[in-house]
Amino acid sequence: MPRLGSKGSSRPNWPDYMAARAQQTGVPRLASFFAQGTLDPDMPIGEAPLVAMDFETTGLDGSRHDIVSVGVMPFTLSRIRPADGKYWVLSPRRQLSDESVAFHHITHAEVADAPDFASIIDELLALLAGRLVVVHYRQLERTFLDAAIRERLGDGLLMPMIDTMSLEARIHRQSWWARLRRWAGRPMASIRLHESRQRYHLPAYTGHHALVDSLATAELLQAQILYHYDWGTPVSALWR
Amino acid sequence: MNVEQLDIRSHMAQFAPFDNLPDALLDRIAGEVEIRYFQAGSELLVKDQPIDSLWYIRSGAVEMYQRSGRLFNRLSEGDIFGYSDLMRSNRRVRYPVSAIEDTLIYFIPGDVFETICEEDDDFAEFVETGGQRLKVTVEQQRDDSGLMTTRVRKLISRQPQMVEASTSLQQAARQMRDANVTCVLVVDVTETQSAYTFTGRDGRYWQLNGILTDRDFCTRVLAEGKSSDTAVGEVMSRKLIVTQSDESVYEAMLSMLRNQVHHLPVLHRRQPVGVLHLSDIVRHETHSSLFLVNNIFVQNTPEQLARLSPEVRTGFVRMVADGANSEMVCRALATIGRAFTQRLIELAEAELGPAPIPYCFMVLGSMAREEPTINADQDNALVLHDDYDPERHGEYFEALARFVCDGLDACGYPYCKGDVMATNPRWRKPLAVWKQYFTEWMDEPNGERLLHSSIFFDLAPVHGEAPMVESLQDLIAELAPQRPVFLAALARNAKNRTPPLGFFRKFVMEQDGEHRKSINLKRRGTAPLTDLVRVHALACGSKAQNSFARLDDIAQTKLLADGVTERLRYAFEFMSMVRIRHQADAIERGAEPDNSIDPENIDSRERHHLKDAFEAISNAQKFLSFRYTMPSRQGASKGAAQSGGKASSRSRR
Repeated sequence: MPRLGSKGSSRPNWPDYMAARAQQTGVPRLASFFAQGTLDPDMPIGEAPLVAMDFETTGLDGSRHDIVSVGVMPFTLSRIRPADGKYWVLSPRRQLSDESVAFHHITHAEVADAPDFASIIDELLALLAGRLVVVHYRQLERTFLDAAIRERLGDGLLMPMIDTMSLEARIHRQSWWARLRRWAGRPMASIRLHESRQRYHLPAYTGHHALVDSLATAELLQAQILYHYDWGTPVSALWR
Repeated sequence: MNVEQLDIRSHMAQFAPFDNLPDALLDRIAGEVEIRYFQAGSELLVKDQPIDSLWYIRSGAVEMYQRSGRLFNRLSEGDIFGYSDLMRSNRRVRYPVSAIEDTLIYFIPGDVFETICEEDDDFAEFVETGGQRLKVTVEQQRDDSGLMTTRVRKLISRQPQMVEASTSLQQAARQMRDANVTCVLVVDVTETQSAYTFTGRDGRYWQLNGILTDRDFCTRVLAEGKSSDTAVGEVMSRKLIVTQSDESVYEAMLSMLRNQVHHLPVLHRRQPVGVLHLSDIVRHETHSSLFLVNNIFVQNTPEQLARLSPEVRTGFVRMVADGANSEMVCRALATIGRAFTQRLIELAEAELGPAPIPYCFMVLGSMAREEPTINADQDNALVLHDDYDPERHGEYFEALARFVCDGLDACGYPYCKGDVMATNPRWRKPLAVWKQYFTEWMDEPNGERLLHSSIFFDLAPVHGEAPMVESLQDLIAELAPQRPVFLAALARNAKNRTPPLGFFRKFVMEQDGEHRKSINLKRRGTAPLTDLVRVHALACGSKAQNSFARLDDIAQTKLLADGVTERLRYAFEFMSMVRIRHQADAIERGAEPDNSIDPENIDSRERHHLKDAFEAISNAQKFLSFRYTMPSRQGASKGAAQSGGKASSRSRR
C-alpha cells in the first residue's frame, strides 16, 4: 500500500499517491478513478473544479456505523448550481438508532426501501472524478467513504480533500491571537458548520440534511477563500 | 424538488416581485438559481461589463452608483438588480454595484428571466418600471385590489402544527401552547396515495383530516365534558375549509366569511404549509405600521434596525394614501420612533450590562407630543436616580446615551442641531437636578433661555422608570399656572414666529409686504401653533403633551372664547395634513421630504383653507399678548424684561 509521504507531513504528495494506487489496486473501478488523478498541485483554487460532499451517518465510528444519506454539490469559487447537486438516502446495514432518527429527520420508513451504498458507487465516483472534494470535518467523510468502499469492493479509497473545518481551525484556533485568548481563559471560537458560517454573515439553513450541508459547505469555502486566501492560492496549500 | 431548492424558493416567495408569481414559475426559478458569495467592499458589477443573469440578494447589502459617483440605490435582502441592464439591447452594466456587507447572491439566468417576463405581466411591469419601485408599490397599495393581488402565502410566516388523530387533547393543547398557536391540523397516515394525500418528510402518505382550534376546546371539549385524554380525532372539526398558497388574500377572506371560520389551513398542492387566521388579514390590511413595530423589536443590532428605516417611509406614504388623518399618521410615526428608541436602549443594555441605578430615558419636543413628521430629528434626555454618582456611573450613562443617539441617527432620526440629546452632559442629570432646572426656568424666566428650553416643556418617558418623568410633568403642571411671569415670557416667545399674511398663486405675502417664493409650513404654521397651545395648556395646569389633547384640556376652561379651540384644532389638522401630503409626494418622487411648500403646488381650495388657518394663528397670537401680560415691570425679574407689545412682535419673524 503506497504511503502518503512521511508521517506528519502536512503537504502530502497526492498526485504520486493517486498514480501509485492506480497501478496497485486490483479493483478496476477504483483503478480507473485513481488513473484520472487529481488536480495539478499548483492549480489556483479560483480555477479548480470542486465538489462539496456531506454524509449523514448512524454514528461517528466508520467501522461500526453506516452512511444513511449522501449529498454532493459540484461547484467552483465563482458559481454553485444547486440543480447539479445530488442526494441519496441509503439503507444502513446496521440498526438505525432512534437518536440518529431524531437528529437527521430521516425515519425508519424512509430508509426501509432505500438502496445500498453499492448501487451509488459508480454515479458517486463519476461526480467526484476530476474535482477536488470539499468537506466540513474530513475525518468523517474520509473514513466513512474509505470503509464503505472497502466493504463493497475489497479495497479502500482515499483522495485529497479541502476541509473547511480545519481551515477554520487554522484561522481561529491556531493563530497566536487564538492561543492568547485560550491562554487568557476565553472560550474557543466554535468551528462547527453553522457557527463558522455566521462569522462570514452567511444565512442560517436547516442543518443536518446532507445536501443542504454540502451547499452550506460550498458557500463557506467561497467565503473563507475571500477572507483568508485568494483565488490564486494553489490547491496544494489547502488540500490535506 | 430538492430540499435546498425549497429553501431558495421559500426565501424568494417572501419578496416582491416573486411574491406574486404562480407556484409553477417560482419552482422553475428555484431550480435554475446559481449561487456565489461576495465579501463586503468587493465590486459585484463594473460599468460596461456584460451581464447575463438577474442578481438576487439572499443576504447582505449592496450599493449602486450613478456615473457621477452619486449613490443611486441601496439594496438588501430580497432585492434584485441587473434587470434594467438585462433589458438593454447590449446587455451591459450601466451602474456599478458593490457590496457594503458580506453578501450571498442568487443568480437567475437571463433566459429564465425572459421567460418570467413573458409569462407574468406583473413581474414584467415591476422590472420595466425599475427605478420607480416605491411608486409602483404605493400605487398598487392605493388601489383597493391589494387584497386581490396579494397571495395567501405572503401572510403565513410559519409551518402549521400537526398532530395525529390518536393524540390526546392535553397533548395537543400543550403543543399549541408551546408553539404559541391557536389551532392544530389533524393528519393521519394512509396506505394509498390519493387526491387527498400528501407525501410527508418520512416518505409516507398523509392525509389532512381535520382541525382543532382554541375555540373548539371551549365548545367541543369543555362544554361537552370531554376529558383531557380524549383523542383529538373524536372532537376535531371534520368540515375542512382550506385554501391554496397561491390563492389571493381576497378569496381567502371571502371563504372565511362564507364559511364562518377564522382559521384557514393553507396548502401548497396538497401539503399543509401554514394556517391563515382572520387576524392575519386584518393586520395586513390595516396595521402595516404595527407590523413594522413588531419587526423593530426582533432586530438584534443597530445596523439591522437601520435597515428598517426605508420601511418607515413606505409605511408613511401608504398611510397618507389610505386617507389617514394627521393625528393617525403622527401617532403611528411616534409609535415607530419610540419603538426604535426602546429597542436601541435594550440593545445598549445588552451590550453594556444592566444600568447601575434606575433611570428614565425621555423624549422631548415633537416626539413627546406624538406629533413627529417623517423628517423629525431626535430630541431626548436622561433622567437619573438621585443616587447618581458621576465617578461610578458617569461612564455607563454616557456610553448608553452615545449608543442610543448614534443608533437613532443611523435609523433616520438625525442628531438634534441644538444638541438637546442625552449625549449632552447637561441633559443627563439626576431627577433632583432636573426639578431644579424646571423650577429655575419657571421662577426666573429669561426670554433667551426659555426660547431654547421651551422644547423641554413637551416631555414623555420612553424607557425605564416612567414615574421619574411623570414627577417632572406633575411639577410643571403644579407650578406653571402660578408663574405669570413665566407664562408671559413663554407667550412672547410663542409670537416670535408668525404666519404669513396671505397666500397667492405664485408667492407668499409677508406681513411686511414682502413676497416670497415658498413657505416653510413648519416654521410659519404648525410650530407657532404648537407654541401657543403649549402656553395655554401650561396656564391651565394640563399634563397633556399632544396638541389635540391639550386643546381638549383648554376647552374645559374659560381661557379661550367659544369656538376658538375648534378653529385652532382645524387649522392644526389642515396644516399638518398639507405638510404630510407634501412630504409623501416628495418621497414618491424620490426627493428628500422637507417642510417648504411652493404656492404653485397648492390648489385653490387648499390655498383658501391655508389662508384661514394662518388667520386663526395670527388672531390667537394677538390674544396671547392680551392674555399673558407681564404683571408689572417691578415684578418681572431681570431676564424677562420688556413688554410684550404688539408692535415689537410684528417686526420679528
